[in-house]
Amino acid sequence: MAVTTMAKALNAALRRALESDDRVLLMGEDIGKLGGVFRITDGLQKDFGESRVIDSPLAESGILGTAVGLAMRGFRPVVEIQFDGFVYPAFDQIVSQVAKHHARSSGATRMPITIRIPYGGGIGAVEHHSESPEAYFAHTAGLRVISPSNPFDAFVMLQQAVASDDPVVFLEPKRRYWDKGEVDVDADLASAMSPYRARILRDGTSATVACYGPMVRTCLEAATAAETDGVSLEVIDLRSVSPLDVPTVVASVRRTGRLVVVHEASVFLGVGAELAARVTEECFYSLEAPVLRVGGYHTPYPPSKLEEDYLPDLDRVLDAVDRALAF
Amino acid sequence: MTADGGPELVQLLTPEGERVHHPEYDVDLTPEELRGLYRDLVLVRRIDAEATALQRQGELGLWAQLLGQEAAQVGSGRALRPDDYAFPTYREHGVAWTRGVQPLSLLGLFRGVTNGGWDPRERNFALYTIVIGDQCLHAVGYAMGIQRDGAEQAVICYFGDGATSQGDVNEAFVFSAVYNAPVVFFCQNNQWAISEPLERQTRIPLYQRAQGFGFPGIRVDGNDVLAVLAVTQAALAAAREGQGPTLIEAFTYRMGAHTTSDDPTRYRVAADLEAWKLKDPIERVKVHLARTGMADAAFFSSVEAEAEELAVHLRDGCRALPEPPPTSMFDHVYAEPHPLVSAERAEFERYHAQFAGGAS
Ligand SMILES: Cc1ncc(C[n+]2csc(CCOP(=O)(O)OP(=O)(O)O)c2C)c(N)n1
Ligand SMILES: [Mg+2]
Repeated sequence: MAVTTMAKALNAALRRALESDDRVLLMGEDIGKLGGVFRITDGLQKDFGESRVIDSPLAESGILGTAVGLAMRGFRPVVEIQFDGFVYPAFDQIVSQVAKHHARSSGATRMPITIRIPYGGGIGAVEHHSESPEAYFAHTAGLRVISPSNPFDAFVMLQQAVASDDPVVFLEPKRRYWDKGEVDVDADLASAMSPYRARILRDGTSATVACYGPMVRTCLEAATAAETDGVSLEVIDLRSVSPLDVPTVVASVRRTGRLVVVHEASVFLGVGAELAARVTEECFYSLEAPVLRVGGYHTPYPPSKLEEDYLPDLDRVLDAVDRALAF
Repeated sequence: MTADGGPELVQLLTPEGERVHHPEYDVDLTPEELRGLYRDLVLVRRIDAEATALQRQGELGLWAQLLGQEAAQVGSGRALRPDDYAFPTYREHGVAWTRGVQPLSLLGLFRGVTNGGWDPRERNFALYTIVIGDQCLHAVGYAMGIQRDGAEQAVICYFGDGATSQGDVNEAFVFSAVYNAPVVFFCQNNQWAISEPLERQTRIPLYQRAQGFGFPGIRVDGNDVLAVLAVTQAALAAAREGQGPTLIEAFTYRMGAHTTSDDPTRYRVAADLEAWKLKDPIERVKVHLARTGMADAAFFSSVEAEAEELAVHLRDGCRALPEPPPTSMFDHVYAEPHPLVSAERAEFERYHAQFAGGAS
């Protein structure tokens, strides 16, 4: 075990992926000498060469489109989209090609492409640098969508994503890049927990709080604060948005009777809406309160001076918990 | 792709400040007009330096510097008529200046108090566009509108060398060619797209791309304000006269970092910077003005004083930029009422009222 940042854990995961499979390629803008704007690929081009760590022309559709061809040729492209808001030029390739090739070819062509996207807000950036596009991708059959919340998961889940024969949209909570945590650098992938399973990070009895990515830390802090008021929150890190580990959440709600779902993305037609529907369908009689959602608003991501007002924080999570408990 | 731009480079004022002639392009400026361009260049550089300093002091979250690109921006911006229309990226502070957009309003986006900053209709200057290349299609669409209105106006579209790789930019070339749209594509080739050198985007000089799309391409010394003015004036005139699009490649250099978040020492060598320093866009105009007696020491110091004043104005004004009220994020999401936005605004207000109540 070593203590390191999520950024360094992701870098180590990419290094391991490049080392363990010579068909793994990295592609993206500024990922070579610069090491990416967040330095996630720092030093990798130097060590693995320009033909495996590829600085691409400035064209996201080009990056994803060529990744499809490379995958057809038997490579495993790991592409970096510089910021969440810049994935949309590639949306057509992702939704119409990457996601559908396997089904269209009746399983003949696999698309082992990992699409790394730093996402979410909280870093005081200008527009297009703070978005949470997970619902767009989760809405597309054929894509898996996962997001680590801590360095340990980042290290393991990224390698699992690269090893997957399905395309994986790998969402990196950029404001947690510099959070530190323990990472088992010798972790054996074979025995690691599936990236598509949720993890209960904190047991509780009063209500369940389900979250992922950047909101996990916020929800854990909320749980700590709630404890002083005698409220015991169970915090579930969903880790995966598609597939969604509904059974783990349902089992928890059967114990607590209440569910609050938290994400940065706007709540309308979001992950929380899906989870609310599933939970209602599967354990309606265990519910003591409606499933509540805390998330972004149905507005463009606001200018950074207002992002604190837009993003869910500890107080908004606790407000929802209070409303669930008061029901 | 020679480092000096090659023989095709249109130049009217050498880096040494010598006025040279070109068989096709020329400008005939009065001393007053020349001094005006010099003043523009100095003030624009000062706006940029001040904004950079404000970022360092934590007053701006980010700033995209234009250092080195003043002539490309001032020359092309001054070629425009008031009723022409400009579509910028995020670095066109110099063009904004020539359009008469308040320098202070450029800071709002970077300070994080707005996602816009000005009314595009007032100065025919579109909002900054951060997503690389998107605005090129908007420019062509606007030009298509001008055609349909039968107006004698032109559109100029700014973008970088990196942007030329984007699909939208290439689609803009196609649309403009097919419709013979009155648009000038103004590519500031500052040699870098963040850390990626030009070679990552192209094998041929960028201006030569135009030929394949069926319209003329010109490479101009982007650090020569006179040449940029001449070339852009000609291209805009051609557009207004119904001759369709032109691609101008302004050959220049990004003297600063990509933005204040960037560290160029990781990917480029200082020697290039030194070489380009000798081609400074302002120095050559100053030398020319002084040598020909078109300006004296008093003029130069008055411009300096004006720049200083402008800097103070920006400094004070930046700190005083009003912070938007939190509920403003719900404003203007739609042009017509939308029940979800209204409901969320009400919920937002309910939530915050709790705290106000608790505190009293
Ligand atoms: C679609 C998209 N992808 C990536 C980015 C991130 N990005 C911002 S500026 C930039 C480089 C742009 O280079 P260039 O077009 O040469 O313009 P310059 O910044 O040099 O003026 C990149 C990759 C972006 N803004 N939009
Ligand atoms: Mg550039």
